[in-house]
Amino acid sequence: MRTSLGEKILDLAVSGFLWGFRILIVLIVVLGTFLTIRAGKYTGEQWIDFLVFGISQGSIYALIALGYTMVYGILRMINFAHGEIFMSGAFGGYFIATWLTVIGFMDKYPVLGLIASMLFGMLISTLIALLVERIAYRPLRGAPRLVPLISAIGASFFLQYTFRGFFGPGVYAYPSMKALEGQWNFFGIGILKVQIVVAIAAFIMMAILYSIVMFTKIGKAMRAVSENKDVAALMGIDVNRIIVTTFALGAAMAGAAGVLYALTYRQVNFFTGFTPGIKAFTAAVLGGIGNIPGAMVGGLVLGIVESVGPALFLDSLGIPRPYQLKDAIAYIMLVMILLFRPSGILGERVSKKA
Amino acid sequence: MNKRLLALLSVLVLASMVLAACGTPATEAPAAATEAPAAATEAPAAMYECTDALGCVTIAPGEPVHIAYWGVLSGPDSSLGEDSKRGVEIAIDDLGGQFQGHDILLTTEDAGCTPEGGATAATKLATDTSIVGLIGSSCSDETVGGIATLTNAGLTTISPSNTRPVLSDPARGPDYAGYLRTAHSDAFQGKAVAEFAFNYLKVTKAATLHDGSTYAQALQQVFADEFVKLGGTIVAQEAVAKDATDMRPVLTTIAAAAPEFLYYPVFVAVGGYVTAQIRDVAGLETVYIAGSDGIFTADLLKGGGANTEGMFLSSPDFSAFTGDYAGFIAKHEAKYGGATLSTFHAHAYDAANILFAALEQVAVVEADGTIYVPRQALRDAIYATKDFAGVTGNLSCSASGDCGAPVIAVYEIVNSDPASWNPADAAAPNPKKVYP
Repeated sequence: MRTSLGEKILDLAVSGFLWGFRILIVLIVVLGTFLTIRAGKYTGEQWIDFLVFGISQGSIYALIALGYTMVYGILRMINFAHGEIFMSGAFGGYFIATWLTVIGFMDKYPVLGLIASMLFGMLISTLIALLVERIAYRPLRGAPRLVPLISAIGASFFLQYTFRGFFGPGVYAYPSMKALEGQWNFFGIGILKVQIVVAIAAFIMMAILYSIVMFTKIGKAMRAVSENKDVAALMGIDVNRIIVTTFALGAAMAGAAGVLYALTYRQVNFFTGFTPGIKAFTAAVLGGIGNIPGAMVGGLVLGIVESVGPALFLDSLGIPRPYQLKDAIAYIMLVMILLFRPSGILGERVSKKA
Repeated sequence: MNKRLLALLSVLVLASMVLAACGTPATEAPAAATEAPAAATEAPAAMYECTDALGCVTIAPGEPVHIAYWGVLSGPDSSLGEDSKRGVEIAIDDLGGQFQGHDILLTTEDAGCTPEGGATAATKLATDTSIVGLIGSSCSDETVGGIATLTNAGLTTISPSNTRPVLSDPARGPDYAGYLRTAHSDAFQGKAVAEFAFNYLKVTKAATLHDGSTYAQALQQVFADEFVKLGGTIVAQEAVAKDATDMRPVLTTIAAAAPEFLYYPVFVAVGGYVTAQIRDVAGLETVYIAGSDGIFTADLLKGGGANTEGMFLSSPDFSAFTGDYAGFIAKHEAKYGGATLSTFHAHAYDAANILFAALEQVAVVEADGTIYVPRQALRDAIYATKDFAGVTGNLSCSASGDCGAPVIAVYEIVNSDPASWNPADAAAPNPKKVYP
């Protein structure tokens, strides 16, 4: 190894640029926040609204992100069809929720109706994910890592256009549930019912998943497989079964997220899964891919920054139309976090191979 | 094992390609494209010698007269494109599907309501030398992306629904030489909405929201300028991305400025989300909401739900059409059943008829039935259209491509059930005209 002077200068320039970038972004954030708060354009209640919108959106990102992170943890592959699994859950929930509304069940027993829609959405998502795993991923196991990735992208398109073929390109309006309309008041602050229900349901789902992974035998086996597939197999663990379980669990979470998403935004079409899928993947990377609590934290952070960011950082800096930059804020935050912590918020430090 | 893997992969890839291909509306008769060059090579034997600056299209006996429609035929805004396409198809039916004894062939190309989609569609159509003329596009963005390609290929297109003012600006540049439209310019539409808000609703504080498309961006700006001219105040002008779904944060920002009237002349996806979520935001529970022709479709009711009731939409004024609009609606009813999908079907019908009328003037028909269409002459003939008795009005095309009769009305949605959508219904129209 020899390092010439030129290389050294290049090194210095690159790291100097990166540090400059970090400092610039931090400065913008601090200055923007300071100016916005001083300007006092928003009331405290509006800030709480921003936060609640962010938590409700973020908890949906978190639920989807779990599927990406679990599959990555076990197979070291990015399941790009996961957004479509999410969309199929939203569609499944749509049909059962519409049916329940038509027969009047939804108005009489809103809680049961909601649970039934979620369970059905989860069932559809799980079935589709298992099919995708069996057809598109399992035959490619052991192939170079790019191969299943390409197959996943193919599966994603396949699912999107299959749904388009069956249900057409138009949007389907979710039936509105009377029980979820309006708001609840907490200490004089009105918060939308649907946002609270979505956040609570998402947290319950995440708690269930976390308990399965941490406290059951199959969860232990999953953790073992994620650490080392071959050794786990030697210990008598049926690796294939564990992989299938992982896909099923991740898909169930995505299915639940699909129904919750549709409840919040009240419409679904074949392309619904694309953007949330990419965002949730971002959340998974943000939190530290492969790390389950990391996906939850990443999702929440992403949701909150997207919701609060444009108003807090950009509004007072005189940047016109800050909400068009919502995605830019989200991705710059990703870059920043990866610059400071390359393995994500909760990701373990990547060990250097000898 | 490796071979099986490869086979599986290729099957998957093929399957997704086939499905993707099924998804985009296919060219209805691809054979025509391959036959055309053959016809061109036979041409020298004939008597007619083409001296046109842009060349001629030669249609041999037995070959169809090929016209193309490009616009948005997929995604949330497909109703806009489908609606116009129906107008073109009805115009072809009126001719019995024939021109000078040749069948008329209509090719459709999806442009997806984006500049990239417009560029792709235009590139594909520009390579097809059998195409005589085009109708399209649907969204101003598509035209921005594709018009240079079409103009430079010697083609001429008439758009039934592009409304962005700059597209027919006298200073629009040579790339737009092949572009005309029967739709109004938003210079009229934005003004009409501003007058409606200020004079009819008597509001003085308005806010706007757009989705970043060239159409919405320009239209809300025209509205804002005209509203200020009338004496009102614009308290907020915000924008979101076209694929945004969570509108509550941006609406909260708008609410902080306390407008009485919110104008969002966007497309269907954003329009649906904004309408569905707006009443959830503290401070916007009772604000007047209004959109424009881009969301003048029952699809808005599907996405926006119950909140669409009482919403205002501007659109060409159907009752101001001087032609036989009732007759057109009857043909539409007979051919497709149900209400019209969006608002530019009659403009598309007129656009197609202008094209056929110009074709009639310039086409050279040989004794054996061969037709020659000189392209520059066709373009000139379309520009020379004067007092053309269309459904939407008596149309004359300006030197910068404006052929429309711009009379704008504001409609109010009176029922949020998509099945009730029928602006042409005489007894119970939904939406109902409220201004002027």
